This record gives sequence, C-alpha cells and structure tokens, in this order.
Amino acid sequence: MADSSIGLWTVPLAVLGGAIRVSTPFLFVSLGECITERSGRINLGLEGTLVMGAMSAYGISYLTGSPWLGVLAAGITGALLGALHAGICSLPRVNDVAVGIALMLFGIGLAFFLGKPLIEPTAPRLPAIDFGWWSDIPQVRAALRINVLFLIGVAIAPILYWAFKTTRWGLLIRTAGESSDAARAMGHSVLLIRLRATMVGGFLAGIGGSFLSLFYPGSWNEGLSSGQGITAVALVIFARWDPLLCLWASLAFGGAAALGPALQSVGVTSGYHLFNAAPYILTLAIMIITCSPKRTLTGAPAELSITR
Amino acid sequence: MDFSRISRRHLLQGGAALALGGTIGARAAHAAETTIGFIYVGSRDDYGYNQAHAQGAAALKKLPGIKVVEEEKVPETDAVEKTMESMINLDGSTLLFPTSFGYFNPHMIKIANKYPKIRFEHCGGLWTEKDPKNAGSYFGYIDEAQFISGIVAGYSTKSGKLGFVAAKPIPQVLRNINAFTLGAKLANPKATTQVIFTGDWSMPVKEAEATNSLIDQGVDVLTCHVDGPKTMVENAARRGAFVCGYHVNQSPLAPKAYLTGAEWNWEALYPKFLKMITSGESIPNFYRGGLKEEIVKCSPYGEAVSAEARKHADEMKAKLIAGEYTIFKGPILDNKGKTVIASGVDRGQKDPELEKMDYLIEGVIGATS
Repeated sequence: MADSSIGLWTVPLAVLGGAIRVSTPFLFVSLGECITERSGRINLGLEGTLVMGAMSAYGISYLTGSPWLGVLAAGITGALLGALHAGICSLPRVNDVAVGIALMLFGIGLAFFLGKPLIEPTAPRLPAIDFGWWSDIPQVRAALRINVLFLIGVAIAPILYWAFKTTRWGLLIRTAGESSDAARAMGHSVLLIRLRATMVGGFLAGIGGSFLSLFYPGSWNEGLSSGQGITAVALVIFARWDPLLCLWASLAFGGAAALGPALQSVGVTSGYHLFNAAPYILTLAIMIITCSPKRTLTGAPAELSITR
Repeated sequence: MDFSRISRRHLLQGGAALALGGTIGARAAHAAETTIGFIYVGSRDDYGYNQAHAQGAAALKKLPGIKVVEEEKVPETDAVEKTMESMINLDGSTLLFPTSFGYFNPHMIKIANKYPKIRFEHCGGLWTEKDPKNAGSYFGYIDEAQFISGIVAGYSTKSGKLGFVAAKPIPQVLRNINAFTLGAKLANPKATTQVIFTGDWSMPVKEAEATNSLIDQGVDVLTCHVDGPKTMVENAARRGAFVCGYHVNQSPLAPKAYLTGAEWNWEALYPKFLKMITSGESIPNFYRGGLKEEIVKCSPYGEAVSAEARKHADEMKAKLIAGEYTIFKGPILDNKGKTVIASGVDRGQKDPELEKMDYLIEGVIGATS
C-alpha cells in the first residue's frame, strides 16, 4: 500500500493552504469596504454584492467561455450595486446602515433569481499558478496552487495603504471620512467622493465574489457565500480600517476556516463545532480586548454613522 | 377610459361574471386532470436531494392527465403551510409531496388535519399511528446502495484510505458511513474510511476544505452525505481522486473520476403511488424499501471501475435484491473496540435498532461528537 500521508503536518499545511484558498473573498470585500468606510460611509450590502458578483461571473464565464470576462462582469455588477447604494444614501436623511441591509437582501435575492439556470452548467474556471513546482510532496503542491486574484488582492493591500497615506485622492477620501465640512470647505463634493469610493468598494467586492464561483469552491450554488461578505465587513472594523491589517485578518480568517476540517482529518474529532467557530471567537476576543468606554474605536473615520 | 363613469351596476355585473367564470374554469380543470404538488426546501437542480425529488416529479409529469405544481426553496416554517394551502385551494392539488424532513411536524400534520380529503406523502419515515390517516411517510434504505459504492471504492483505492464528507452525526448519516465502510472492507479488508463532519447540510467552503484535507491525508476515493454533493465531486476530481456520488448521478460533473453512487429512485416510486391511488387502493402510511423495492439505485459504473469490482458489486447487489444478504451482521465492533452488534445477531434492513445508530464501526476514523 503506497502511503502518501504526511500525518500531523497536514494541519499547518491545511491552515496555510486554507489561508490562501479561503481568504481571497475576505480580502477583496474587506479592502473594498475599507475604501468605502474611509470615505465616511458604511456599505453593509457587500454580502449581496459578493453573491451577485459570484453569480454574474459564473454566468458570463459560462456564456462567453472566458473566466476573465466573468471577473470583469462581477466587478462591474459590484460597482453598479455600489452606485445604487451611494445614490440612495446621497438623498437627505437616509440611513446608510438600513440601505445596506436592504441592498444585501436585494442582491442575494436577485442573484438567486437570475442564477437559477446556472446551478447545473459548469463554467470555465480561473487558472491557478503552480508555485509548488519545487516540492515533490503532492500536498504542498496542492496547497501552493495559487490563483492570480489572490496575488492581486495581496498587491492591492500595500498599494492602498500607500495611497491613503501619500496620494491626493487618498487624502480626499480620508477628508471626506473625517470631516465632511473640511472637504466641502476645500471645494470638493463629499457625495461625489463617497459615490466613487462606494463604487470602487463594490467593484472589489464583486471580484471577491467571482473568486468564489470561478475558483474556490468553484461553482455557483445558493449556499456559496454562507455569510462571508458580512464577515468581511466586520473584519474591516477588526482591522481598524487599515488595508495592511485587512490582509492579515483575511489570511487569519481563511486559515481558521480550514482548521476544523484539517483537525478532524488527523483524528482530533472532538469539538469540531468549536473549531468551526474559531474565526468568530477570534473576532469577539479582539473586540473585547480593544474596546474602551472612554474613546471611540481607534482609526475609525469620524463621519462613519456607527461612530457618530 | 373615465373611471368615474363606471356605475355600481357595471361593477356588480363585472364581478358576477368574473366569479362565475372563475368557478367554471376551476371545475373544468378538476375534471380534466389530477394535480400533484411538490414542495422542495432547496433548489430543484442542486445535483442533490432536491433534484432527486424533482426527477420523481418529472416522471409524473409525463403521465397523461397529470398536472404537477412545484415550489422551490420553501423554508421549514409557517411558509410551507401557506404553500400547501395555496396548492390545495388555488391549484386544486389532491396529492402533496412536502419533501423536506422538517416539513412534517407540526406543519404537514396541521394541514393534513385541516384537509382530510387531500393525501400527503412525506419523505423521511416520521409517520406514526398517532398521525392523521391521510398522511404518510416513505423512505429508502439508501445504505444498501452506499454498501455497493463501498465495494467499488474498496477495489478502486490504491492507498486503502477512503474519505467521507458528512454533514451531521445523525443516525441516517452514520448508517451510510458504516455501510460504505462494510462494503469497502469486503473488497479490501485493510481499507479505512476517514470521516469529516462539516456541521451543516450545505456549507460549500467547508465541504471543499474537508475534501482537500482528506486528500492531503492520502485519501483517494471520496463520497459524501450532504445536500449538494457538487462541491465535493468537483473539488475531489480536480485533485485527481475518485468519487462515489450521493442523491443523484453526478457523473456529468466528473465523468472520469466518477465510480458509482447511491441514488434515490423516486422516478420509479412516485408513479407507483399514483397507480395505487387511481386503482382505488390506499398507499400504506409507512412505506419503506431499498434496492429490491426500487426506492434506491446505484449509478452506472464509471470507466475507471475494474471488471473485478463490477463483478463483485453486481453479485452483492443481486444478493441484496434477493434478500439473501444482511449488511449489519454481527459481530460488529465500533471504532472504540466495543461490540455493537453481537455475534450471531442479524440486523436486517427493517430492524428499528438500526434507526438509532449512534456509533461508527471499526475501520472508520472519526468520532460522532
């Protein structure tokens, strides 16, 4: 009997592989939401955007045969949903949290409705780059089959960090988020800045959705997202509105999602529900540790409706 | 048109005409055909549980004089009662199939008491003597088909390690895991089945992770018991492992990797039910069966299945159909070393003890809690 098992090494490897495989949607949604929230608006509808992105990417990939067109379509769908959110929120006395929840339900419902005929067909998937060529161990090779979208996401995080800090439009977004009066005094339209920020945020979240349907798990079905979009929005708060921390937090959440199955596969079978809940326990713990009754959350944009 | 000009008399006339037309129309529809209602908890093309029922409904649609109404994604709440009522009152259904486990109590019981002339058939085996007589349960011993899958898997594995992606450790799931393992051990006495519980019926990301973890452990044949096996089948095939399907035939998703699978055979059972009704006999309130009764079936073998495996599997299938073989035959130990079925005890298909199964047998790696 050929024994190709690598024993307990499965666990760290699975967590690493899981961090790479599962984290991409978290990464895109959280980076997108980071831009939106830095401009002073919160878009809770990204769960709906994620699901719509997954559906439209799968549909376009199936119809055109090109998964990259699918990714683009997902981005555009996301940007349109972002524009819708921003458009409604720019009306007077509209609460962006409520609009976000409405758009989340709208996006999910629309995606299920339009995605009905897409459950059965199999669409072309995004290719993966083999970074494990140096290893003879199939498990390592499998864990290191990395999708380009993941690499793009990893690249966006530091670029965004730099852009917020040093570029003109980064400053504008932050101004709109910290003090809309100041932005107006400088002669800029706060609503226009927020519209653009929400559209970019939606664009990224849509792309995150395309990863779900076109790479991993890699098909369209109605349980696909299972709340990842909402988790990613929470992750932004957890990451203190810092793009680099978003990257680490996404990796941690991805790795944590792989922990439960991996532990069971090596024989740690008790309490798998607990391991499955690991990411949420982590979130709660960090929230409790970092919160303070004396000040608002550090790093929170002052114009954000949850801190105002 | 100026609406203010419509007189009360016009309105009354119009209303009467509508009401009259409505009743005539409904009566005509009743005389022409029997309407059957199907309610699914998920999407009916999910390559899984719901699709299996939808295939049964499709078999009924082909029969003359039958109209089938379907509703998908009905949650296991009050919503299903509303769906049932609208199917009865608006569509004129006389036979209803609320297919999901959680529809039974209290929802279906309540509606069955309210409409004693309508027949209700629930998939799951929950009906007892206390429940209304116009309701019934049907279910299949799909562990027989899982046992056959296990034999094929046992011949096809090179590492001797099989994998099982399961939702929850409930008796039905455990019975499938154990039957699959017993089949595999018949083909390869050293074979083991590693099981991973994802915690719920539909968790695509967890199912994909479980599939990957199992393959990382050296597992080379996988099967599952979750609502939609699509994720497991596609991801396992991508990593070069073989798969055995569940619920329906998933071979179109992975033609090279698909060995065989345990399928429901509702397209054979539902027309039988209809025949019983039209010929005037009543459907038994509690209807169960396996391969022999054509309630479950095995998928056609994939190209990777060896001649030896086909022969052995076909032989065992014939024995099960003839009722000459008992899958759960003592002595059977659980994977902690405790005897769960004593030597000399035959737990046949219909043995109620099997419905309470809370153990994993020797050869299964995993735990129920």
